[in-house]
Amino acid sequence: MKKRISFFSYYRWLVLFGAAGLCLLPMWATVIGGFKTTGDLRTNAFGLPRQWIGDNYASILFGARFWQMLWNSMVIALFTVFFTLVVSSMAAFALAHLRFAGKKWIANYLTLGLTFPFATAILPVFLRVRDLGLLDSYWAVILPQVTFNLSFSIVLLRGFFAELPKELFEAAFMDGCSYTKIFWRITLPLSRPIIATVGVLALVGSWNNFLLPLVMIDSDQIYPWPLGIMQYQGQYGTDWGRVLAFVSLTMTPAIFFYLLAQKHIIAGLTSGAVKG
Amino acid sequence: MIWKRIQGLSYSSNLTALIIFLPPALLLFTMFVILPVGEASFYSFFNWNGYGSPQKWINLDNFVRVLSDPVFGHSLFNNLLVVLVSLCIQIPLALWMALLISDRARSSVIFRAIFFVPYILAEVVAGLIWRYMYDGDYGVVAVIYSWFGQQAPHVLARPGLATAALLVVVVWKYFGFHMALFIAGRQNVPSDVLESARIDGGSRWQITRHIVLPMMRPTIILSVFFSILGSLHLFDLVFVLTGGGPLNTSQSVVSYLYTFGIQRMRVGFGSAVGVILFIICVLVMVFYKRIFMRETEATSS
Repeated sequence: MKKRISFFSYYRWLVLFGAAGLCLLPMWATVIGGFKTTGDLRTNAFGLPRQWIGDNYASILFGARFWQMLWNSMVIALFTVFFTLVVSSMAAFALAHLRFAGKKWIANYLTLGLTFPFATAILPVFLRVRDLGLLDSYWAVILPQVTFNLSFSIVLLRGFFAELPKELFEAAFMDGCSYTKIFWRITLPLSRPIIATVGVLALVGSWNNFLLPLVMIDSDQIYPWPLGIMQYQGQYGTDWGRVLAFVSLTMTPAIFFYLLAQKHIIAGLTSGAVKG
Repeated sequence: MIWKRIQGLSYSSNLTALIIFLPPALLLFTMFVILPVGEASFYSFFNWNGYGSPQKWINLDNFVRVLSDPVFGHSLFNNLLVVLVSLCIQIPLALWMALLISDRARSSVIFRAIFFVPYILAEVVAGLIWRYMYDGDYGVVAVIYSWFGQQAPHVLARPGLATAALLVVVVWKYFGFHMALFIAGRQNVPSDVLESARIDGGSRWQITRHIVLPMMRPTIILSVFFSILGSLHLFDLVFVLTGGGPLNTSQSVVSYLYTFGIQRMRVGFGSAVGVILFIICVLVMVFYKRIFMRETEATSS
């Protein structure tokens, strides 16, 4: 019996370390590749650099372009999160607590967005944004992003709002609180965890979004970083040292953010998954 | 008396709240989701480049063209391949890992975090990393070949091989997501059931096979569903890794839509692809709902 347990644990560690290695190897090769000379990259993909080169990283960090595109992404992401939270929490509140005819219909209507990918309607959305004169601006990305976040966010928020204790609302009514006040003073403060989850998901989604800016944005001054990085790659082609440094620099903040917000990210994904 | 007042207040406040709270969501949603879907189905009957108003009504020509295009067929096939690889490799792998690290030990928590990292990377980043890995002159593939004294192929430039390379990246990037689902599902298996099975002398394998896996059925179905949905969304990785090439052999449905509809501003044609994609998604959804309903009925009765 004892022998079998130890066999299991050997096997377990072996498998886990193997899988973790395969997971991390490409990222390791990328970060370390940014410090290598071209010759080194050719022959020594995994190992430490024979000669450490800081130029690739330095030229990116001291150039304006990198910071400009992080700024663009940041602006787009923050506005997206803000409007996603405002619009979806209001609608979720109405669906959770107000009484009106056709509530079920409206709830179903607003969750239709869960059914299909954004690409389905991207051409008409492009034309609409163009006709509104918003093409090639931050708004061209923010508005459709907010809209496509709505279904998912409303489902998560509404579920949480509906489970808040009813006694609180009744007491608030007795004291003459209006619904708007209840929303601000009771529902929102009590819903911080779910708001954080929805916000984090909207942030990550916006930060990584590629297709939408690719279609909507033309001028490189307002490129968010996924477009900027592709442009950079196009420019330097197989000068992999530079490209890898650039990739590493955009990857690191994301990983740090993930480690900080891990709880919300995983909770959001799995709860969204179970309810969606 | 007091009750009347409260009711009156709540009624008028209900109305004001409604007028403030619902319209923003309804307006945005209608403008940027529902109307566009309707418009796409309307435009799909026209030959139109997006300027002026659509006038050249061509019946179902766009649909005929899409459906008879071998490149579209191949793209759809690639999407199916993604699902197949997900079913046969990714999901079993994710399940295996999840069962090894679903306890609350510190090492398990760390491994979980590691396996999830590829999932949180942007697709663009993952794509570029693997473009480097696959580069025949520089990347890791080149180094591995050189150990055997061979000249490495340019993986992403060969039809067939490029698609296989794409599939590897898909498995690498998304298995952590499925693992996270499975860990949540595994933790929902009540521990007293496992405890009693252990007391009855069940071996580790028997317990996994006959208790844990059956109880995780709903999660597994969910995970399959997600890999189908994910494959229908697949675009960024394709665009960055291969651009759909070589010779359009590695396109997905969405990258096909991008390449032949959006890039060339063929609004009618692109909309037809969008409508087809929409129909596929709705079918998948209906199918899933039906299976899921049957599942829950089976477990509740």
